[in-house]
This record gives sequence, C-alpha cells and structure tokens, in this order.
Amino acid sequence: MLWACVLLPHLALDGVLRRRPSCDAPLALVSGSAQARTLFAVNTPARAAGLYRGQRLSAAQALLSQFETVEYDPAATEHWHRLLAAWAYRYSSDVVLFPHAIVLEVSKSLGLFGPWPRFEAQLREDLTALGFRHRIALAPGAQAAYVLAGIHDGLAVMTPDALQRALAPIALRYARLPADAGTALPAMGIRNLGQLLRLPRDGLQCRFGAPLLAYLDRLSGAAPELMEAYRPPDTFDLRMEWTHEIEHVEALMFPLRRLIGDLATYLAGRDGGVQRFVLELEHRSASPTRVVVGLLAAEREAALLFECTRGRLDRQQLPQPVVAMRVIARELPPFVPAGRDLFDTRPAHAMPLDQLRERLRARLGERAIQHLRRTIDPRPEYAQTTTDNTHLPEASEASLHSQATAIIPRPTWLLDRPIPLHGPSPTILAGPERLETGWWDGGDLRRDYYVVRTSQGQCAWVFCPPGEPGRWMLHGWFA
Amino acid sequence: MGNVVALASMLEGRQVWRGRAAHAPSGDQPTGWPALDAALPSGGWPEASLTEILLPADGVGELKLLLPTLARCTRAGRAVVVVAPPYVPYAPGWEARGVVMSRVDIVNADPRDALWAAEQCLRSGSCAAVLAWPTHADDRALRRLQVAADTGKALAFVFRDRRHAAQASPAALRLELETQPALQVLVRKCRGGNAPSRPVPLSANGP
Repeated sequence: MLWACVLLPHLALDGVLRRRPSCDAPLALVSGSAQARTLFAVNTPARAAGLYRGQRLSAAQALLSQFETVEYDPAATEHWHRLLAAWAYRYSSDVVLFPHAIVLEVSKSLGLFGPWPRFEAQLREDLTALGFRHRIALAPGAQAAYVLAGIHDGLAVMTPDALQRALAPIALRYARLPADAGTALPAMGIRNLGQLLRLPRDGLQCRFGAPLLAYLDRLSGAAPELMEAYRPPDTFDLRMEWTHEIEHVEALMFPLRRLIGDLATYLAGRDGGVQRFVLELEHRSASPTRVVVGLLAAEREAALLFECTRGRLDRQQLPQPVVAMRVIARELPPFVPAGRDLFDTRPAHAMPLDQLRERLRARLGERAIQHLRRTIDPRPEYAQTTTDNTHLPEASEASLHSQATAIIPRPTWLLDRPIPLHGPSPTILAGPERLETGWWDGGDLRRDYYVVRTSQGQCAWVFCPPGEPGRWMLHGWFA
Repeated sequence: MGNVVALASMLEGRQVWRGRAAHAPSGDQPTGWPALDAALPSGGWPEASLTEILLPADGVGELKLLLPTLARCTRAGRAVVVVAPPYVPYAPGWEARGVVMSRVDIVNADPRDALWAAEQCLRSGSCAAVLAWPTHADDRALRRLQVAADTGKALAFVFRDRRHAAQASPAALRLELETQPALQVLVRKCRGGNAPSRPVPLSANGP
C-alpha cells in the first residue's frame, strides 16, 4: 500500500479566492462572534501588509485601511473538501478525508498514471488548475503520509524502512499526536518521534493511555489503519456566492467557468456524464432565474458544457443583479465516449459533430436539429417522423438495397400540407397510384397520386380524388 | 538593354501571362454525373469550396443533382447538414437514392440564423457537405461561406434564384439549372478552367 496525501493548508481561503479573477487586493476571512471578530485567514497581499491569522479585526483595520473581508463559512470549506475528494476519486478508489487533507491509495493507480513523479506532477497540475494550494507527500501509510505532508512538500517514501528514518527526526508538535501527548511529551524531554518510538510501550500506556500507542502503531505501519473511505455523492450541487452584485451576463462567465469546471471534475471522478442540469441565478429579492441546460447525449467535457451553458445564458434576461449561482445536476447517466477513427480524414482541428450540434442547439433552440426516419405507414404525411435523437440505429444494408430497387416513385421534397396546383394543366408522366388507407386512426384518405411535369419543367407529385383528374393538389417535388 | 531579368523569376512573380491557366489538380469529389464530371476542370465538385446552384424555380431537379454526392458521403459515414430547407426532405425519396438518413442533420433556423448555422457547420470540419438556401445573402455572406468551407474542408452548396446570376459571386463553381428543353446544367463559372460553352444534360432517370 502506498498513500499519497494532498494537504490543503489554505482550503478556506482558496475556496474564496478561486471565484475571483484576480487576487491583488488584500483580503481576509473573518470569523468569531460580533464582539470578538478575528481574522481566520489572510491572502498574500494582506499578509505583506502585516495582517496575520488570529489577529483581532479592529487591530487589522488599524494596520490597513482598505481590505476586503469575507465571512468564513465552515460549510463552504467542507464543500470544497468534498469536491476535491471527488476529484481525487478519479485517481484512486480509496480516498479518505483527513482534516484539511485528502489521502488516496495510489499503489494500484501507479500502473496507469505512474511512475510517481509523473503522477505527482499530474496531481499538482490539476490542483493548480482548480485553484487550490497544496502540499503532497507519499508514504506506505495514510497517517504517515499525512504527517509527512505537513513537514516536507514533495517527499516520497516508498518502503517501511525509509519511513522509519523519515519519521524519526520529526518534532513532536508536528506529529499530530492525539490529545495532550503533544504538549506533555516535550516537557518530559522527548523531542522527536524517533525518541518516542524507542520508549517502552508499557510506560507509555500507563502514562498516556491506549490511544497514543494505537496512533503510533498506525503511524509506523505496525497496525492496520481503519478509515472511512470517501464515497462520491449521487448528485452534484454546488453554489457560489459573491459579496457584490453582478449585473451583466458577461461578468458571470468567470465564476460560471469555475462551476462548470468543478462539475466536469466531479463527473470525471465518477466516470459519468451529465445530460441535463440546472443553473440557478439567485437574486436578492426575486425568485431565482433557472437556466435549464439539456444536451443531446451525456457529456462531461468542461469546454463543451461551458459553451452550451454560455449559449443559453446569453439569451437570458436578468431581472435583477445576481448574488449567487448554483449548479444542480441530478441525473448522471453513464458517459460513453464517442469513438473516432484512427485514420480520420477530417481536418486536425475539426470540432466533434456532437459539439457542433450542441452549439447550434444552444443558439437556435432545443429542437433545432432533427433527423428524419422512415416509418412503415404508407400515407405520405406519416411516412416519416422527426426525431431529436442523434444516435439512431444504423440502417441495415438489406433495407437500403430494397429501397434502391423500389419502383414506386417517391418525391424528395414534401410540402407541409398539400396546396392546389395552379397554372396550365400538367403533363402526366406516371400514375395513378391509389393510396386508400388510414382507417385505423381516423386519418382516412383516398387519393390517386400522379407524377406530372408542370409548364415550368418541374416534376411534381400531385394527387386528386379518385375519378376526378384535373383537381390537382400539389404534395411534393421530384427535385 | 537594361537589366537582364530571368524569365523564371517573372513567371514565378506572375508578371507574365501565359494564356492558359495551370491545370487544376483533379479532386476526388465526383458529382456522380459522369457527363458533368467530364465538363468540370477538377473532375467533380471543387474541393473545400462553395458551389452556387441557380434555379429557375424550386423543385426543378436541384436535389437530383446532389443526391448522388450526398449518398456517397453518408454511406462513407460522414455527416451532411441541411440548413433551413424550403420544404421538408422526404425520407423515402432520399433513401431511394441511397442516402443514409441517420447521417443527415436537418437544422431548423430562421433566415437570420441560417447563414450563421451554415457557417458554423462548414467551419467545424466535421461535416462532409452543407446545403443552404440563403434568401438575403449578399456577396460578403457568400464569401464568408466560401472561407468557412475552405477552413472546414467541406463541400458547401448554396441554392439561389436564377435572377442572382448577373451578380458576381465568390463561389468556386456556379451552376445554373435549366429545364428547357430538358433538365440540363449550365456551368456559369468554374475556378481552374474555362467554363464549358454547352450545357450538360442530366438524364431524367439518374446517373
């Protein structure tokens, strides 16, 4: 077993910063009661100005006149934590949530993503794209990886022996010891983990009780670690809110891109896709504006999802400024990647056909793209149906062949409804062909169809009531 | 005598007109009509270009001209997009000509959006052919389609009324359909060669 620990030292702050395009202005997260407001976290420009975590808000305001404050929200932080767990789930099926950290079992994943340096680079690239600062360490045990990540970013310990050597010099206050042991032991002259591990176990148990020994066993790999594995949720629901109001749709694009990116991250972790999701724009005093995004097939690529959402959002009128945005996806069908030919003849920069269809639908409407399918009904009006489904069963070669040899003439254009044919009387080329059917659904018809040539030279498909040639009704063109 | 100029450099700089245009490389987009292929300089549709088809009226045989090409493309697994057709394509008639209807996307768009949709389809590079009926297209709109067809390496077909024949067009190939005395195609302009002087007859029973 090899466990990689992704430590997220600035989880709460990064969760706030990542929804803003730039972070040059000083910003601080504030927590505590109204009487004793303290800074919970500060960003780099604020720290440069002398602000620090735990400072009283009044003291900070005395130091720096202009800085933005955001209320620290533990629930939002928890949300980001879970989102990152969903992200980690795409790399490993064993993901465990630690405080401010995610630990994932990677020994089985190395075959696909490895070796470790490349895998680590991949993890770091993803996290940087998601906008979270991080520290990563690798160790044979989850608890050990968690401790090592706090000490040294990028440390990779592969074997138990090396782990013993790596743990030995760690000072006890960084060892995340349970309860009071972390403060009591240094007072007894025990400075680092190596010394602690060499102490007689009986004495330790008498002095500190069983939890410390159990912790040390888990840390050194002597006892199995029992942890609750992370399970990805079945629905996606992510909300993002701002301290200011956004009035223009264009200004929503940056946070929207983040939200959709998070959705794509979650979908990739679940190996699922999304076919229908709702974007809710919350206003201060009106009911939220709902933008429903429906796709032709399950998709999960961030760029495609973003473009579809943007196309629908562009057409949206905002009744009021937007204060928060939320993406809800409940139906997550399995994602089937589209197959592409190895020797594809299309140009290299070609946009996939599905993406093109989604782009057209985003602007022209949900029912803009249709396919025609022949039915077995002999009546011309019902001989074909339109379908929005893009994944039709392929027509078999046999049915194509039977069609190719069909002798009954059928036009290539059909009029929506038959209209009278005016002008000089046409020349009859073929016919009549009587269609007398439809008794089963009330759409009875009795017509003699002819192929005629009009005075303009067009080949037309016309019909007349049986026995009354001359009252021509135009129904199609042999174009 | 002044400076001596090498003939080759003048030829390369296109300063000397040689009287005959360079022979266009024959493409592999046959129209399906052998007589028409023989008349066109590239041996078929000009590749990745706009073809303008001028009609005296709707329904004179414009689809008959194209359906062999559409059948070839759809059977090869490529997509064909029909943008805002004037009538409903009738699947039994199309399938009788060998077109695989599941690969034909019909885009419903109002005239304002139809040109945009056609350009998007052409530019995407994933469509083999795009058919459009622009009603208010001007020279610039057609040029955009021509550029998009070149970008996406697709065949663009634009159907317009015959009265537009007098206007200049950026299309690589302009065909005019005539119904008298029989269905025939008059090549009005073709890039890469002189237009044949005689109309090419299309037989009524197909190629």
